[in-house]
Amino acid sequence: MVNITINGRQIKTEEGKTILDAARKNNIYIPTLCANEEVSPYGACRLCLVEIKTAKGRERLVTSCIYLVEEGLTVQTDSDRIMKIRKMLLELLLARCPDSEEIQKMAKKAGVEKTRFVEQEGNNKCILCANCSRTCEEVVGVAAISLAQRGVEREIVTPFNEDFSDACIGCGSCAYSCPTGAITMTDVKGKRIIKWPHNSMDFKLKKCSVCGQYWAPEKQIKYIAKKSGTPLSDYDKCPDCRD
Amino acid sequence: MAKLKSPGELETLRSSIIQKRDPNKPCITICNGTGCQSYGGKALTASFKNEIKKQNLESKVDIRVTGCHGFCERGPLVIIKPAEILYQRVRIKDVPEIVLETAVNNKVIERMLYTDKASNQKITSEKDVPFYKLQKRLIFGNNGLIDPTSIEDYLAVGGYTALAKAIKMTPENVIEEVKKSGLRGRGGAGFPTGSKWESTRNAEGDVKYVICNADEGDPGAFMDRSLAEGNPHSVLEGMVIGAYAIGSHEGFIYIRNEYPLAVRNMTTAIEQAEANGLLGDNILGSGFSFKIKIKRGGGAFVCGESTALMASLEGKVGEPRAKYIHTSEQGLWGKPSNLNNVETWANIPLIISKGADWYSQIGTAGSKGTKIFALTGNITNSGLVEVPMGITLREIIFDIGGGIPKGRKFKAVQTGGPSGGMLPENMLDLSVDFDELTKAGSMMGSGGMIVMDEKTCMVDMARYYTTFLEGESCGKCVPCREGLRQMKYILDGITQGRGKEGDIELLEELCATLLDASLCQLGQSAPNPVLSSIKYFRDEYEAHIKEKKCPSGVCKIG
Repeated sequence: MVNITINGRQIKTEEGKTILDAARKNNIYIPTLCANEEVSPYGACRLCLVEIKTAKGRERLVTSCIYLVEEGLTVQTDSDRIMKIRKMLLELLLARCPDSEEIQKMAKKAGVEKTRFVEQEGNNKCILCANCSRTCEEVVGVAAISLAQRGVEREIVTPFNEDFSDACIGCGSCAYSCPTGAITMTDVKGKRIIKWPHNSMDFKLKKCSVCGQYWAPEKQIKYIAKKSGTPLSDYDKCPDCRD
Repeated sequence: MAKLKSPGELETLRSSIIQKRDPNKPCITICNGTGCQSYGGKALTASFKNEIKKQNLESKVDIRVTGCHGFCERGPLVIIKPAEILYQRVRIKDVPEIVLETAVNNKVIERMLYTDKASNQKITSEKDVPFYKLQKRLIFGNNGLIDPTSIEDYLAVGGYTALAKAIKMTPENVIEEVKKSGLRGRGGAGFPTGSKWESTRNAEGDVKYVICNADEGDPGAFMDRSLAEGNPHSVLEGMVIGAYAIGSHEGFIYIRNEYPLAVRNMTTAIEQAEANGLLGDNILGSGFSFKIKIKRGGGAFVCGESTALMASLEGKVGEPRAKYIHTSEQGLWGKPSNLNNVETWANIPLIISKGADWYSQIGTAGSKGTKIFALTGNITNSGLVEVPMGITLREIIFDIGGGIPKGRKFKAVQTGGPSGGMLPENMLDLSVDFDELTKAGSMMGSGGMIVMDEKTCMVDMARYYTTFLEGESCGKCVPCREGLRQMKYILDGITQGRGKEGDIELLEELCATLLDASLCQLGQSAPNPVLSSIKYFRDEYEAHIKEKKCPSGVCKIG
């Protein structure tokens, strides 16, 4: 176990954990957007920045989602300096995604009512946190969508920006992992439609042989069957109708 | 070519090369660095070769095609040795005369000589030209003496002596020597090189990598290009010594794709070094093996950042990552990796052969050795200059650089590229030193030094750098990507007459955020051009905003 201090509170935490892990376990709030327990830390949104002082006295600002706890670490999550940064980051995000309710909520919580910056027109709520592409690559294992281009042109797209991605199995993990609702998934009339910021794809859903409900994309079932080495016939019934 | 199996064999080879050379034989040295090539250097070289052939002088006059000499303003440069006669702005029509009159008859052609504007005197010898005289060309000087595609030339000037010496020392002693020398990284950050080597050596693991950063992305900087093109073996020698000290057996040179001549010459140098047993397996019979591969960049400034460079080497997108765990512990493919800049590597052979005590006499207390600067912009003598640390900006710009042309006045100098700041006239007596420049709000950077005269708009320059950085930002982190986007909008607005009250303060707020919150140095240092121009030239910003006027007449407003 490691002894650290967060906002004046003495906290015991396991070695190998991040400051964010330790804070969350102790109900200390640190805002995040790109942090996701299921995938490797990214450190891109910078909202989780905290002020730290090491046992040796070195002071710096670090992203708590990546920095591992150390014996004698002192952490400040709400200092004036941090709050200034947080507010500015949210103002910048508000300008990027003026329609995102999630960003508006986070901004209000930090005391930011509006943005002084030029708003991006017609934005799609994507903040480039890459939760979707990281989940697709690290959890699902197909890397069907990815980040492309550089800087302000950066975007989440399918290969060559086409309206189909061969590798995509229609599982919707990307939509689940998106913190701002920039990716949507709708199942309607035997079809699943996944909409990413710049493309959309349809998937044929499998109908349960017992109850007749459409329960998963055929492509996803094929992928799971192949990965687990089980026969496709195992998936004729939906999970609710199986013994 | 048999591989050399001992330092003794190396010396034997060196002696035999030197003995075969007649120091009194006239040699026409033609600069073929990228700069002089763009002035027609290749065609000029072909013309000299034809003329020599035509006059049946092949056995009487040598031709040596070299890399960049540094006096780029005056290219194409031709130097006739051993007399050391410097001809500048040489044209094809001058070739027959130069061959006959100077190379053969030893006569000087007055009109081809360099005229020193200050004294109005014509100067014959290269070493008397003020541009060169005031420099200390310890690293760069050899460019004029060697054909970069000839390992014999490099050996003839003492090349690989340091390597032979290093492999007879223990790796720990080599590291001690580099530490003692006080060498700090020449890529911009100025981190103590010896310490970095030591950390990498001490890191856990048997597989370690040594990397050369030749991505040189600062606009206006071409020091690394000229070293990689003109003296590639000096870089290789430094890397082998470093690999030996660190315990690495595999190295990479990451060269930006926009430097084809550097890629070509470095590739040739690697082949030659391997063929001679100075690189590859069992170097000089020591039992130590080290191989180097060249990888080319894909066109991204951000890939000059060490973690982005390593991501790029791994075949991934060039995105930086947090450096809470140093790359000397977990770098390329998670292994301990030592990355240094081209010029840093090129300093190593000098430190090992002449010793740390000698090296540390040059420069200042905190910044040892020399630094190569790319002096460009509104300057009389543009080119590459190598000066000891501690020299003042004034001496570089006015004594070596020859001051501002067209009778105009000095306004500002930008050091450190897009990561650096602009310094005004009252800072000209600042010493060129890592810490001094940082204290003043700029930085040493990789060596870019852009001089600006009174017809430069400082707001426009800030806009230029911000635009550059916005385009080169990798886009991963919010403050840099979105912050630079908004900074560009504001600066575009100011320079287009749409500036409003509060713009300067908003820029300052954005800058503070980028400085604190950005993931890598691109974002963290992006505020420097903006903040330094606001600090020293605030009146120009206010004129644009309040009076809708551009004092230097650059921005088309009003």
